[in-house]
Amino acid sequence: MKNLLEIEHLSTHFTTEEGTVRAVDNISLRIRSGETVCIVGESGCGKSITALSVMGLIEEPSGKVVEGSIHFGDKDLLKLGKNELRAIRGNEIAMIFQEPMSSLNPVITIGEQIIEPLMVHMNMGKREAQKQAIRLIEQVGISRAEQIARSYPHELSGGMLQRIMIAIAISCNPKLLIADEPTTALDVTIQAQILDMLRKFKQESGMSILLITHDLGVVAEMADYVIVMYSGKIVEEGEVVELFSNPKHPYTRGLLKSKPIINQRQDELYSIPGQVPNPLELESSCYFHDRCDNCMAICRTDEPALKEITIHQKVACWLYEEGALHVHS
Amino acid sequence: MSSMSEISTGKVPKRTPLKSSIWKQSMHRLFKDKLAVTGLIVVIIMFIACFIGPIFSPYSANKIHMNIMNHPPNMRHWLGTDGLGRDVLTRVLQAGRISLTVGLASMILSVFIGTLLGAIAGYFRGIIDQIIMRAADLLLTIPSLPLLFIFGALLSEWKVPTDYRMYIVMVMLSLIGWPSLARMVRGQMLSLREREFMQAATVLGLSSRRKLFHHLLPNIVPLLIVIATLNIGGSILTESVLSFFGLGVMPPTATWGNMIDAANNMLDFQNRPWLWIPPGFSIFVTVIAINIFGDGLRDVLDPKKKR
Amino acid sequence: MSTYISKRLIYMLIILLAASLLVFSLYALTPGDFISGNLKLSPERKAELREIYGLNQPLLERYFIWMKNALHGDFGYSLAQQTPVLTLFNQYIWNSFLLAIVSTFMTWLIAVIIGVNAAYKQYSWFDTLVMVGTFAAMSIPSFFIGLFLIKVLAVDLKWLPPGGMLATGSNATGLAYLREVVHHMTLPVIVMTLLGLGSLTRYFRSNMIDVIKQDYIRTARAKGLTERKVLFTHALRNALLPAITLVGFELPALFGGSLIIEKIFNWPGIGQLYMQSFGLRDYPLLVGFTMLIAVLTVIGTLLSDILYHIADPRVKL
Repeated sequence: MKNLLEIEHLSTHFTTEEGTVRAVDNISLRIRSGETVCIVGESGCGKSITALSVMGLIEEPSGKVVEGSIHFGDKDLLKLGKNELRAIRGNEIAMIFQEPMSSLNPVITIGEQIIEPLMVHMNMGKREAQKQAIRLIEQVGISRAEQIARSYPHELSGGMLQRIMIAIAISCNPKLLIADEPTTALDVTIQAQILDMLRKFKQESGMSILLITHDLGVVAEMADYVIVMYSGKIVEEGEVVELFSNPKHPYTRGLLKSKPIINQRQDELYSIPGQVPNPLELESSCYFHDRCDNCMAICRTDEPALKEITIHQKVACWLYEEGALHVHS
Repeated sequence: MSSMSEISTGKVPKRTPLKSSIWKQSMHRLFKDKLAVTGLIVVIIMFIACFIGPIFSPYSANKIHMNIMNHPPNMRHWLGTDGLGRDVLTRVLQAGRISLTVGLASMILSVFIGTLLGAIAGYFRGIIDQIIMRAADLLLTIPSLPLLFIFGALLSEWKVPTDYRMYIVMVMLSLIGWPSLARMVRGQMLSLREREFMQAATVLGLSSRRKLFHHLLPNIVPLLIVIATLNIGGSILTESVLSFFGLGVMPPTATWGNMIDAANNMLDFQNRPWLWIPPGFSIFVTVIAINIFGDGLRDVLDPKKKR
Repeated sequence: MSTYISKRLIYMLIILLAASLLVFSLYALTPGDFISGNLKLSPERKAELREIYGLNQPLLERYFIWMKNALHGDFGYSLAQQTPVLTLFNQYIWNSFLLAIVSTFMTWLIAVIIGVNAAYKQYSWFDTLVMVGTFAAMSIPSFFIGLFLIKVLAVDLKWLPPGGMLATGSNATGLAYLREVVHHMTLPVIVMTLLGLGSLTRYFRSNMIDVIKQDYIRTARAKGLTERKVLFTHALRNALLPAITLVGFELPALFGGSLIIEKIFNWPGIGQLYMQSFGLRDYPLLVGFTMLIAVLTVIGTLLSDILYHIADPRVKL
């Protein structure tokens, strides 16, 4: 299969009063056509920033993509002009966000918000776009579509709004859909419906999905390929079955251990000890070292590189480096 | 919070160091704001010039010299002399004393009245709240300039000595200024009352006076400081309007406002701009500096109103 | 909604009644009256006139007579001009309105454009310049900037007339009349716009800054809309919404004239009329004017509330 999106050595930094935060630090990933890739990690690990970097929506001047390339088809998104990028946004690459309640403009009707990309990217007239908007609302499983099109966001529930967001996102038949925690703000029952809907559209249109989540349940349900991020870096990646059955990085193992398993009683849910390090005070080391059960001397001083250990899996951990083992403390 | 630790541990409450560090932080951030610092420096220079400057002037503000009337600015009189041969620069600085004092004093007075009434209304609610807020509504309904004009005319009628007029003008300005302040303080009080820490204070059985003065008022101090600062500028402006129309502070006590009154004389207006432009610019420079500094303060002290 | 409005209306009436009593008594307290200020009259004639105008009756009685007439739409006669107060207002108010509406329009237009651009480029040199400029506009004494511009633009450079609405002795009609008025109103409009710009630009700027940070702006950008559309459709609509309440607050300024500007520019508006009448102690006119502003203020506040409820789809009564 061909690579639809290829991110190489991407670094996105933020300048704050206290110093520079390396929110995304030299990561590479690729998404093939029709594939669902999940980025997993705790909040603040850089997964949303990765998505926003792809969209070109990093807030300047505080944030900036400082390095790397993002190839979409044969174009490098980071080298495109404003207008060229805008033509891709909402058209070939669409995005849905975590908070449906605040992601739609409160003073503009739902219908008007759906027709905008249609008019911009599909060159539709207003009439035609309005008809298409009604069809889209029906497609995301909302009845009384015409009435909904005339209503304002505050009149709908969170689940409905996320459906509307999906309708907007798929309106121009994107090749890539980026979904940033699309179900986090929703009730559990609604979550399943939204995920089903995303899967359905993916099957119908053959688009790729970059799904960002902290929920391993969502990963298991959706992903073909999983990327685990920690403190702005990829610590492990692999095909979903492989990664779930045979996690290599201590952080991935911890994540999987802390997930409740249905039908299996546990006295106490595991939680990874310690806290995410302060992004301002990162020095050369494995950033996970002070929370790691298998910490070695080298982990405190040197940064492990992401290395392929099987065909389906890569990990960045000194445990799997040859020659590192005898420095074991 | 602190009273709780006092009771349970009997130790000296560690309130002061915490508080001072918050203030220190705020001040540290304030001094990073170049614009605000510039404003502060200009204000300080203005105060020093007005209160100390005249001492070093070789001229007296009120002494009449008939032989040097209406001289344009020159080496000896940097801003020229007026129709009575008085040095304009000295008079501008002398007038600044009065204008700045009036601005400062009426700010203190109106902030005091506004805070007190607003806090009482917001804290006790009920009938007291009704009375205070209805009075505020009433004063806010009547346009302030006509109101000030009436007071000004009354002062002239009662032949208030010019030395005292200045004090009454202060009172007038604060009478106009308190209602909007009281409204805002009341609003703050009402929202603070509902917060958790106030419920905690009630649960602890604190007296209402203690709650009001130790727990509620300190929370609005940052906001008050900001408003008070910006209020000085407003008071200086209003005083100048009144004095310009001859209803505020009267000559021979010079203020920036009544010095601009020279412009009401056609000859002075057209031919002797040094008589009325310097006091006008003094008002402008002082008020803009105060406003810029006040806005910088707001950025630092009022987290909701970040620019 | 209707019970809310009727409650508000009743409260408005009570406040206005209280205000009228206060205003009436204050003017009554003001030293001197129209008759005693007139040196041409003999003491006997003065007493006679006082009798005629009812100035020798007790305050409360005078107030009640005034109130009774006012409720019938009769605000009395101007003593100086021997014309009904309302007729005079009608003569002068439209001159004031002309100045106010043009400068208000200019102020809003310029404030929105500058505010939006400054917010978009927050912390840029342009933004800093705008901030300093708005402070300057808020810190100038209105009478001083008026005098200063007259001195520079009218007296020294002779570009614009220094005051009035028409050239002295002018009897221009039609288009020539219009041109003359426009020529004369340019300077006062510039000053009023300048004075209004400060706070309004700051208001729009800070509203826009808040709005630009919202998630839905990011969504609009993610849709691939042009930056112009994102700013002026998605963001500005939200930023303008709270500004609707300001429309009501502009009401007194629109019809109430400006005491200071009209006086400085000798503009034949209602504010100038008031300033002249104040010196003459023409009480019916003074009370009438002050109450006019009070009424406009109260109506404006109510209007603001109603407009806000109509404009914001989230607020429904």
